[in-house]
Amino acid sequence: MKVLVWDKTKCIGCGICENVCSQTWFKEENREKSRIKIITSESGLDCNVCNQCGECIDVCPVEALNRDAQGIVRLDANACVGCMSCVGFCPSASMFFAPKEPIPFKCISCGVCVKSCPTGALTLEERPEPLERVFYRRHF
Amino acid sequence: MNVYQNPYNVAKMKEAHKLLTELTYEKQPLKMGYANRTLHINVSENTITSKPVTQEMKDVFTGGRGFDMKLLWDATNENTKWDSPENEIVIAAGAMGGITQYPGAGKSIVCGISPLTGAPVDSNVGGYFGPYLKFSGWDAIEVQGIAEKDIIIFIDGDAGKIQIFEAPEEDVNSHLLAEQMCDMFAKNEQEKKAIATVSAGVAAEHSFFGCLNFSFYDRRRQVARLKQAGRGGLGTLFRHKKIKGIVCKFSQLQADSNHVADLDRIKEIAADYHRELYEEDDKQCDMRHVGTAHLVELMNDYDLLPTHNYKFGRHDKAQKITSHVWREMFTQGIPDGCWYGCTMQCAKSVDRYTLRTGPYKGDIVSVDGPEYETAAAFGANMGIFDPHFIVEANFYCDTYGIDTISWGTGMSFVMECYENGIINKEITGGYDLSFGRGEEAIEMLHKMARGEGFGKIIGLGIRRMKKLFVEEYGADAAFLQDIGMECKGMEYSEYVTKESLAMQGGYGLALKGAQHDEAWLIFMDMVNNQIPTFEDKAEALHYFPMFRTWFGLQGLCKLPWNDVEPADNGETDEPAKVPKHLQNYVDLFNAITGNNIDQQELILQSERVYNFQRVFNLRLGFGTRKHDEIPYRSAGPVTNEEYLSREERYDKQLKEKYGWDPTGKSVDERRLKMRFFREEAYQKLCDAVYDRRGWDNNGVPTIEKITELGLANSGVMEVLKKYYQ
Repeated sequence: MKVLVWDKTKCIGCGICENVCSQTWFKEENREKSRIKIITSESGLDCNVCNQCGECIDVCPVEALNRDAQGIVRLDANACVGCMSCVGFCPSASMFFAPKEPIPFKCISCGVCVKSCPTGALTLEERPEPLERVFYRRHF
Repeated sequence: MNVYQNPYNVAKMKEAHKLLTELTYEKQPLKMGYANRTLHINVSENTITSKPVTQEMKDVFTGGRGFDMKLLWDATNENTKWDSPENEIVIAAGAMGGITQYPGAGKSIVCGISPLTGAPVDSNVGGYFGPYLKFSGWDAIEVQGIAEKDIIIFIDGDAGKIQIFEAPEEDVNSHLLAEQMCDMFAKNEQEKKAIATVSAGVAAEHSFFGCLNFSFYDRRRQVARLKQAGRGGLGTLFRHKKIKGIVCKFSQLQADSNHVADLDRIKEIAADYHRELYEEDDKQCDMRHVGTAHLVELMNDYDLLPTHNYKFGRHDKAQKITSHVWREMFTQGIPDGCWYGCTMQCAKSVDRYTLRTGPYKGDIVSVDGPEYETAAAFGANMGIFDPHFIVEANFYCDTYGIDTISWGTGMSFVMECYENGIINKEITGGYDLSFGRGEEAIEMLHKMARGEGFGKIIGLGIRRMKKLFVEEYGADAAFLQDIGMECKGMEYSEYVTKESLAMQGGYGLALKGAQHDEAWLIFMDMVNNQIPTFEDKAEALHYFPMFRTWFGLQGLCKLPWNDVEPADNGETDEPAKVPKHLQNYVDLFNAITGNNIDQQELILQSERVYNFQRVFNLRLGFGTRKHDEIPYRSAGPVTNEEYLSREERYDKQLKEKYGWDPTGKSVDERRLKMRFFREEAYQKLCDAVYDRRGWDNNGVPTIEKITELGLANSGVMEVLKKYYQ
């Protein structure tokens, strides 16, 4: 599966990726609604974006989170009841929410940010799909 | 998925239905947590009517348990008994009920005049029914009357239709009925989560402590699971009305089905709380893996685990039923919330369990629980330290519609009576009911389900059994009063309170009977010594019962309040209140309803309903000081055996706390002296608590207090005048 990878040495913190992302998915330039977060702090730049680990799949009470055929973890907006469980239980805190949006959102490795990044700091890289951690499929 | 040896036939069940009446209603969206109307159903007359919810009703009674009590009060009178046709089962979710974002927000609160106590009782339960009822357009449902034949009430919140029909073929037992309702009313597997059923079971027909089961469909296990409104015999009342099930269908659940005032604020609070749970639970209670069963070892360590009918507080075999056992038996890694978004997920389940006894022997089922109360009652209190017995009895109690606490505490009482020769094999029908006899105990449960023999006698509950044993078998009434762990007619839940005066009050001064949901003060009092004086204890016995009543007004679960705490909670001024979570509740209420309450107003909302319920008790002839009396075993050692088990502690207390030198005195003398001091302390505690609550010395709310709370309407004043003449 393809995972979005950020290169700290190349990022200049311009925020274009965030604007492009929110424009693509929410039709507005609003970094709060970006599925990738570039964080500026005293220690420099950092990035928070989903690594497709799939821990959230087991947390969702309505099975709205699943891997698609490409291995990407996707949220089914029709099934989601906005409970925020996945937001609190994401190991890397990469499931986001924003004002006026009733349900959370996450990176699905669509690659629009990769194309728009002026310094090539973002790439989609092939990674092995993690072992299936959904216990119930083994038990039931 | 459960595997049954005798599969049921839903088509045949449907064919046998006879429609008695139906109502089509206009669906309307909720407004800031309220549907603004309630549903009244009379099953004697087959009428279905809608009642408006006024602003005054919201201002005074808030919702949930408050609405329940108000509707029940209006429907009944001072002569209403539990089996009177006008008595009702009332169910409500509360204004906050059904939000998906914050854990523990899917509770239903059930009220009625109790078969067990004769007084109003409230019970707080998970499952999907309460929120689905509200989203279907109803803040509460009242069910009045007694049906001629077995019926099912079906509320279709999708179609806006309510039906009552005769249902002769469906099972009464809950694990089957809940699944049958899913198969009957859901179009497909996906839709089964939209079906929520309230049901009881066959043993509820033969006991006074029948429970109600509230279902939620577990899509991963493919099982309709059950949570219990356990206390006070509401299942008995349900079956007395000849109801097999109340079913609600609602398939349109969304992030904002409550149409709240400020969803963004709720999301912020919830995200922060979920994160805290993610980071802290493993280090604290480990609720996500073992649920409330983590308490077994904690209680055993602190000498608080009721053992052999509360004689002792620990047992050498306790490790056989502690949480490491349950961690193994519970399926891990699946969301176990009894409402959407509850990441505390304490609704654990033993799956693929093959039943060993009874009518379903050989069936493979999922068993909900055991929770702490059940593990403690069946394991330590009955002295049966066998996890498989606990799971088996837990399953049958649930499906038969029996409260595990009342049955476990009742059985423990019976076992002590048996060991004392008060009852014998001739009376029990040939069964040795000594402590530790698991096979005999489970047979008593099956007999109760069939309405047979001594099993049915156990179903009377401790208060009625005491009377029977005295009248029929010549038992010593005073001894039975001392060891029969009930207050107001309700069996104690599973904590030893002998060394915590405040917790004795927590049980004795609880409105509905001996349940710990109003106050759990043992650690504050006994372990941490944070409330040393009578005034301190009275303050705690004012604040916490009021605060915890509020969960019932809102459709909330208590557990997310303090079964995980912020990492820095210990550094706050009042860690016992968990200030951050308390403020969360205030903020959530405001974000849902658009109000602007503060922490004081939160307590005031509860005080109104709490005092109203006390007056409701008075109206039915209860609710005074004498009804707050507790059995002595709750306060101290009844027997020399108990005294000697803690001899050093008791002797030290006599000398240092009470200034009485026990040296050279017999055990009898010391035990009786201890009793004198402890009984005196309990009375002083009552004085202090009544005063703090604004009640007179007899435990009756003063006119001033009632007026201050805005409850001085004609009905309430009429009741109070009788006490103030």
